[in-house]
Amino acid sequence: MPKAFFIDTTRCTACRGCQVACKEWHNLPAVQTRQTGTHQNPPDLNPFNYKLVRFSEHLIDGVIRWYFFPDQCRHCFQPPCLFTAEDYVPGAIVQDEDTGAVLYTDLTRHLSAEEFEEVRHACPYDIPRRDSGTGLVSKCDMCIDRVKNDKLPMCVNTCAMGAMHFGEYDDIRALAEKRLEVVRGEFPNASLANPDDVAVVYLLADEPERLHQHAVAQAPAPMTRKQLLARLARPLNKASRA
Amino acid sequence: MTNHWTDIENANAILIMGSNAAEHHPISFKWVLKAKEKGAVVMHVDPKFSRTSARSDFHVPLRSGTDIAFLGGMVKYILDNDKFFHDYVVQYTNAACIVGEKFSFSNGLFAGFDKKTRRYDRSLWAFERDENGLPRRDTSLKHKRCVLNLMRAHYGRYTLDRVSSTTGVSRENLMRVYEAFAATGAPDKAGTMMYALGWTQHTVGVQNIRLAAIIQLLLGNIGVAGGGINALRGEPNVQGSTDHALLYHILPGYLPMVQAKWPTLADYNKANTPVSNDPQSANWWQNRPKYMASLLKSWFGDNATEQNEFCYGLLPRLDEHGDYSLMYLFDRMYKGQISGGFVFGTNPAQSAPNTHKTRRALSNLDWLVVGELHHTETSDFWRGPGMNPSDIGTEVFLLPSAQRGEKEGSITNSGRWLMWHYMAQQPIGESRSLGAMVVDIMNAVRKLYRQEPGAFPEQLLMHDWPQAFDPDRIAKRNNGWFTRDVEIGGVAYKKGQQIPGFGNLQTDGSTACSSWLQCGSYLDSGNLAKRRDLSQTPMQANIGLFPNFAWAWPMNRRVLYNRASVDANGRPWNPAKPVISWEDGKWVGDVPDGGWPPMASGKGKLPFIMAADGYGQLYGPGRLDGPLPEHYEPAETPLARNPFSGQLSNPCMKRMISDADPLAKPADKRYPIVLTTYCLTEHWCGGGETRNTPVLLEAEPQQYVEMSPELAKEKGIANGDVVVVESARGRVEAVAMVTVRMRPLPVEGRIIHEIGMPFCFGWTTPKCGDAVNRLTPAVGDPNTTIPEYKVSLVNIRKADKVTEL
Ligand code: SF4
Ligand code: SF4
Ligand code: SF4
Repeated sequence: MPKAFFIDTTRCTACRGCQVACKEWHNLPAVQTRQTGTHQNPPDLNPFNYKLVRFSEHLIDGVIRWYFFPDQCRHCFQPPCLFTAEDYVPGAIVQDEDTGAVLYTDLTRHLSAEEFEEVRHACPYDIPRRDSGTGLVSKCDMCIDRVKNDKLPMCVNTCAMGAMHFGEYDDIRALAEKRLEVVRGEFPNASLANPDDVAVVYLLADEPERLHQHAVAQAPAPMTRKQLLARLARPLNKASRA
Repeated sequence: MTNHWTDIENANAILIMGSNAAEHHPISFKWVLKAKEKGAVVMHVDPKFSRTSARSDFHVPLRSGTDIAFLGGMVKYILDNDKFFHDYVVQYTNAACIVGEKFSFSNGLFAGFDKKTRRYDRSLWAFERDENGLPRRDTSLKHKRCVLNLMRAHYGRYTLDRVSSTTGVSRENLMRVYEAFAATGAPDKAGTMMYALGWTQHTVGVQNIRLAAIIQLLLGNIGVAGGGINALRGEPNVQGSTDHALLYHILPGYLPMVQAKWPTLADYNKANTPVSNDPQSANWWQNRPKYMASLLKSWFGDNATEQNEFCYGLLPRLDEHGDYSLMYLFDRMYKGQISGGFVFGTNPAQSAPNTHKTRRALSNLDWLVVGELHHTETSDFWRGPGMNPSDIGTEVFLLPSAQRGEKEGSITNSGRWLMWHYMAQQPIGESRSLGAMVVDIMNAVRKLYRQEPGAFPEQLLMHDWPQAFDPDRIAKRNNGWFTRDVEIGGVAYKKGQQIPGFGNLQTDGSTACSSWLQCGSYLDSGNLAKRRDLSQTPMQANIGLFPNFAWAWPMNRRVLYNRASVDANGRPWNPAKPVISWEDGKWVGDVPDGGWPPMASGKGKLPFIMAADGYGQLYGPGRLDGPLPEHYEPAETPLARNPFSGQLSNPCMKRMISDADPLAKPADKRYPIVLTTYCLTEHWCGGGETRNTPVLLEAEPQQYVEMSPELAKEKGIANGDVVVVESARGRVEAVAMVTVRMRPLPVEGRIIHEIGMPFCFGWTTPKCGDAVNRLTPAVGDPNTTIPEYKVSLVNIRKADKVTEL
């Protein structure tokens, strides 16, 4: 049974506890930032921020809407990033059998610049980032060290607003569906983002693009012939989760 | 808070005003969301659309400093539409009390104003009293001078049009809030008000909160589950520090500070012990002499005897009307009247108003001791911007202090819960807790005093001063112990035994207790602040009350004034959410506000036990600037006249007078924009600690100014531009954050722009900007002298040269 997250943007207050806790748990260094006219900082995911709370504001029919989107890797059931990297550096990206966590290993440093771009491009949510110093590619690791020790992922543990939940996929999915029904009155455009495909199920408060450009999957780039062949040749147990 | 965090969940309506709860008291919002989930309406009234507004049902922007106009309009709505809780108001508040003939109000001034001293003769506001000294009442509410009718007359002027034009809030938005909140006047509904510095930091700060309390009394929302008037207090331990009198005007447990006009303890007690001849009034402060004697006994130990009035004469005394609060302190320092001092746990060179003056004032000191975790704008003022170290003679000592996780002790949370916290690790290096510093420094001073003569030796040497700092011992002492074997009410107590509750405190020196409010928190059985037991009765579970978790003052009562939540027979007004209930001859639920039986028994007491007359004070003759809140413009106002009267600003407000304290003129053309200042989630207060926490600085790295796209366009400013914000006192560079979350406000026939800036960025952190308080004025509320950080007048322009960022 894969593990899953439920992230409820209708409850998020953008306190950024998750963003900071993720860094602290992983001992990630602070990055140099500047104020550029938004609260969103750092401006984007980077090798030292696996979790980023995105802010987007709108004036819709005279009503101010301010949306928060705690962005992170979705731990796709069939991770395009993994399939892509597998062709170039086997073992660079792996998927944990027990949890479904998609994990980037030290081998990611052997991906060439173009190959990394291809991996990033393959991700429907624009998640992977590379440390130009070490060459390592990184992203959210589901706090696999904690989860394997029966602890909640650090971000989930930190959220006091009940915006984040973690558990077995079926339970999480049921929770998300139930919550969606509850919030429909206040948020008529609410939806779940690609709930069939990913282990990180977002409840979006409004049209996806009003929260974040990559809130829902972007159509992946067409596969190269090589990728296509590689995918077809892949053993079934690796390609199918869930 | 009259109530507590978890209780917010019980509310049917939540008015967040004067607070940005989700950002500044994030955990409070957990309970707001729970209430919302159960159908509560959550309203945020604030100049800025913030993360709180984003999660509320709706946000209402208003002009800073117009809360009394806004709330006064709500009082009018409640009275005009008969939305008040009639039984509650007549029985439990002073609505029916008749005010004396000398009271008047005209053109913005109450009776008794002395123009020269800018003070009121408050005796003119007194109630009419009968031969026993009880206030005369007309429970039919017909008498034209009964409080409710005076309020009708007073707030009759707060029409929708006038309120809308003053506050900048549309009539629709006013009605939306008024209707939703006034609906909680029904006996089975409750509304809570959550406020913080957005209400207090004004020249009318105390009256803002008075008016909120008035509304809560009218709606019967005090004492009930999901109700109350709830000041949000947080990690700085504001609750604990006021309980323990970190302010100059009080002694621990809210006993008044000694004044020169009360030379003896007898004088002090006479002046501060109210009398009531009403058998139904508990008049709790009649116990004050017991609390004062026990406090003195705790401080001076065996040296305190009945013969020497427990060393009362050794206490320092205030001059009458003497003000020794922050702004006056720095004003005196600026004028060269102070030569040295200690600064612990605060960073005034960053967080006091009118920073330029504050920093220059520090340079007049011969010596300065700062206890801090990091170098701050205060400890390092001598090398700050515009300072020439070689010109400054101040000798500064920086004592490295332990971080919260490096010490144990109690913190009193917003809901008055005393909670013990433990040391996670030993302080690093030579850093030490502030308690240890203070105790050891004083021991060194005492040693010197024993060796050589000095001023006021008795004051120092008579104290029962500990050899070393021990938080456990201090917690014990706060609760207090018996100083000799005694018998009280038929029960025998041994010398040294912990006192079970403040009901046992005595005037004869047999009890020592350094904070009567905390009496009952540390018994012979142990420190109740350490309890983490979640057990509760089903009745308690129903309203989220956890009586065995930590300990709440007073006497573990979780909801203050809870006797007001029941009718004369002790039956809850709202049977679905009882706080207390009289069942089978006893109270069940919360610890009742006094154990007397219900009122109908004839042996009951009125629920507002801290007021001498026992009634909730709609009309409050006690405050310096009026018995009823009235709208005045801020000290710096964009308006030339007050829409409500001929009195522009609070006639009693405090204002520093020096060459460094200029104010903008009313409607000053040079400074047409209203500035409000605030904290933000990612930094703590003045930022001295969090700017040194890299991951937090990463999230909020630099000074910014939030402004509407309309204003930005008018000024030719683009998002991300560096701008200069200028007031009559200084200029600050900031990055423009152009946002629809700030709305231009239509006020008195024109558009007023408001901008907002956080106060946490200071020069000791490179390139993050510097104190926004260089802009704010040193003016304050007459009752508390809290500075008016929330309103000043400024102008902005695009910067042609950037130096601070
Ligand atoms: S911790 Fe929770 S509320 Fe805070 S930003 Fe993250 S998801 Fe949102
Ligand atoms: S979200 Fe992107 S990075 Fe994460 S598993 Fe899916 S494809 Fe890979
Ligand atoms: S699961 Fe762990 S690694 Fe992933 S975002 Fe949360 S805290 Fe960061």
